[in-house]
Amino acid sequence: MEQGAIKPAQPVDLLEIKDLKKTFSISGGLFSRRLTLTALEDINFTIRSGETLGIVGESGCGKSTLGRCILQLLPPDEGQVLWLGQDLTRLPAEEMRQRRQDLQIIFQDPLASLNPRMTVGDIIADPLRTLRPELNKDERRARVLKTMEAVGLLPEMINRYPHEFSGGQAQRIGIARALITEPKLIVCDEPVSALDVSIQAQILNLLAELKDEFGLTLIFISHNLSVVRHVSDRILVLYLGRIVELATGDEIYEDPKHPYTRALLTAVPIPDPKLARLRNIDALKGEIPSPINPPSGCTFRTRCRLAQSYCAEKRPPLETIEGGRLVACHRWRELDAPLEAVLGV
Amino acid sequence: MKQVLSVEDMSVTFALHESEVHAVREMNFTLAEGETLAVVGESGSGKSQAFLAIMGLLAKNGTAGGRAMMGDINLIGMAPSQLDLYRGKDIAMIFQDPMTSLNPTLKVKTQLGEVLVKHRGFDKQAALKTAIEMLERVGIPEPVKRANAYPHELSGGMRQRVMIAMALLCQPKILIADEPTTALDVTVQAQMLDLFKTLTQDFGTSLVLITHDLGVVAGVADRMMVMYGGRAVEKGRVDDLFYDPRHPYTLGLLHSTPHIAKRAARLDPIQGLPPSLEHLPKGCSFNPRCAFAFDRCLEQRPPLTDAGDGRQKACFYEGPMAYGQVA
Repeated sequence: MEQGAIKPAQPVDLLEIKDLKKTFSISGGLFSRRLTLTALEDINFTIRSGETLGIVGESGCGKSTLGRCILQLLPPDEGQVLWLGQDLTRLPAEEMRQRRQDLQIIFQDPLASLNPRMTVGDIIADPLRTLRPELNKDERRARVLKTMEAVGLLPEMINRYPHEFSGGQAQRIGIARALITEPKLIVCDEPVSALDVSIQAQILNLLAELKDEFGLTLIFISHNLSVVRHVSDRILVLYLGRIVELATGDEIYEDPKHPYTRALLTAVPIPDPKLARLRNIDALKGEIPSPINPPSGCTFRTRCRLAQSYCAEKRPPLETIEGGRLVACHRWRELDAPLEAVLGV
Repeated sequence: MKQVLSVEDMSVTFALHESEVHAVREMNFTLAEGETLAVVGESGSGKSQAFLAIMGLLAKNGTAGGRAMMGDINLIGMAPSQLDLYRGKDIAMIFQDPMTSLNPTLKVKTQLGEVLVKHRGFDKQAALKTAIEMLERVGIPEPVKRANAYPHELSGGMRQRVMIAMALLCQPKILIADEPTTALDVTVQAQMLDLFKTLTQDFGTSLVLITHDLGVVAGVADRMMVMYGGRAVEKGRVDDLFYDPRHPYTLGLLHSTPHIAKRAARLDPIQGLPPSLEHLPKGCSFNPRCAFAFDRCLEQRPPLTDAGDGRQKACFYEGPMAYGQVA
């Protein structure tokens, strides 16, 4: 399929995740039995073509694991990852390899994710070697140059090595490598977290431009809620490997329904001294519990100020509420006061 | 207000094979009792090296010049044995990655106790008791249990607190925090920033907060110093610099920072890359990235001069700087 084939006026459901579960078996120590860590459970959502879905949550919530499970870089234990209806988890290796043209990834640490012994041109061309073997050397080079231009790298950089580049430029190389197969979906895993502020903004703008230019669909994984707010159409909030809320960016930021989402938002630093002083932080007690031994019932209850005894008994289902948004909380109706009071805007 | 630290004409230079690099030049600032000063800049701006120099922690090829006066004592150029009389006791520093600052082979209580035994002459029993009290004060639940843990058994937020507890044991007058919350999740970050506010307000500790995150600055700092290419380019009260920046770089940083409550279609970042300290541009170091640069900026370096109302800037441009112009 060529780029643009799937860019109809009506967005389609590009990717559907059904009942995804991922566990890791970890050693409990030299003489202990092995323990099971549930990284993701009951993950259900759909991504429409052309949208940017932000995935947020604290360290260890499973956001990067989710990105890798979608791309089949990690095999999920259960559930389906449907790409235009086709289940990627059951795809034979060779077919999956072909499918990878459509699904690419950009990593957090740009320098660590580039082979230091390959030139920039070879790094960017690498996916073409395996995925488009029919292209000859000149055709590959032409594509590499075109892609370098699209991400703002100069043609004379093609023979340089990664260590000669700054973090921001290295991330442009990573983006070019993802872009060269003309993918439809790119998973961006903390793509700007390692970059300086001014460079971070350049890369965010670049991603937005590329998205428009190539009709990309993006999954944007980040712990930085301000950045996610800036780029995302819809936002999925994960806590201990489960979806606690999924709604549009405006809904999430203006009227969060889950107490965890709300607490996260009030904790985000605001670059405005007067607002920052006025703000009441809805401080969360303690830290995220261990995913090896998560709390019973609602896993957020140990840090939730709305928690009742029944929250320990029954796990709240992911409910569809007004406007088609999703929330998993027994008490979302009781969440008080609109967020403006908290953010002071 | 009482000054606890006064830095005058400080510089930091690193010797390379055949050349030298000036990481910090002509740095001047004062720090008052109970005040929080934010030092803001990007990688390579010299913001960390300046304070490593004050702590006597520069790499072997680094030398510091000028003065950093704590009372009548100049910390710059002091022998390590003499510095140890003050380091940890009067002036302490914490870092972004607590794991590199804590000894992985020693229990938390041993590391904390050592500080008290060495600097304050406590016996072991009293040291342990004080250490546990301090862990509790920085918000560590079950402090007795945590005191018996090794650093790797604690989460990132806990380790950061242990490091802060260690820095506070001797009740230093000055605490230097280098990107203390950068590695933490927002919820833990909010708890840490709260802790910093308590320290400065209740204990009168003076805090230097080295960071690239303007959100963090807005929340806790009183004054700020913006650094670029090894020099301070703008200094003043936080509100003045946020609402009325006078240096194009400060303005650019503000427009590069995404704001959670405002969704703009595009950020308005500073173009180009931060300069290499080895090849600083002629004239103003910022001129290649500056939308307001004119002839003079390419030839002369603007000195840091008073811009009224207790603020300073290093920029020749005097005209208005509107949003959308730093493009």
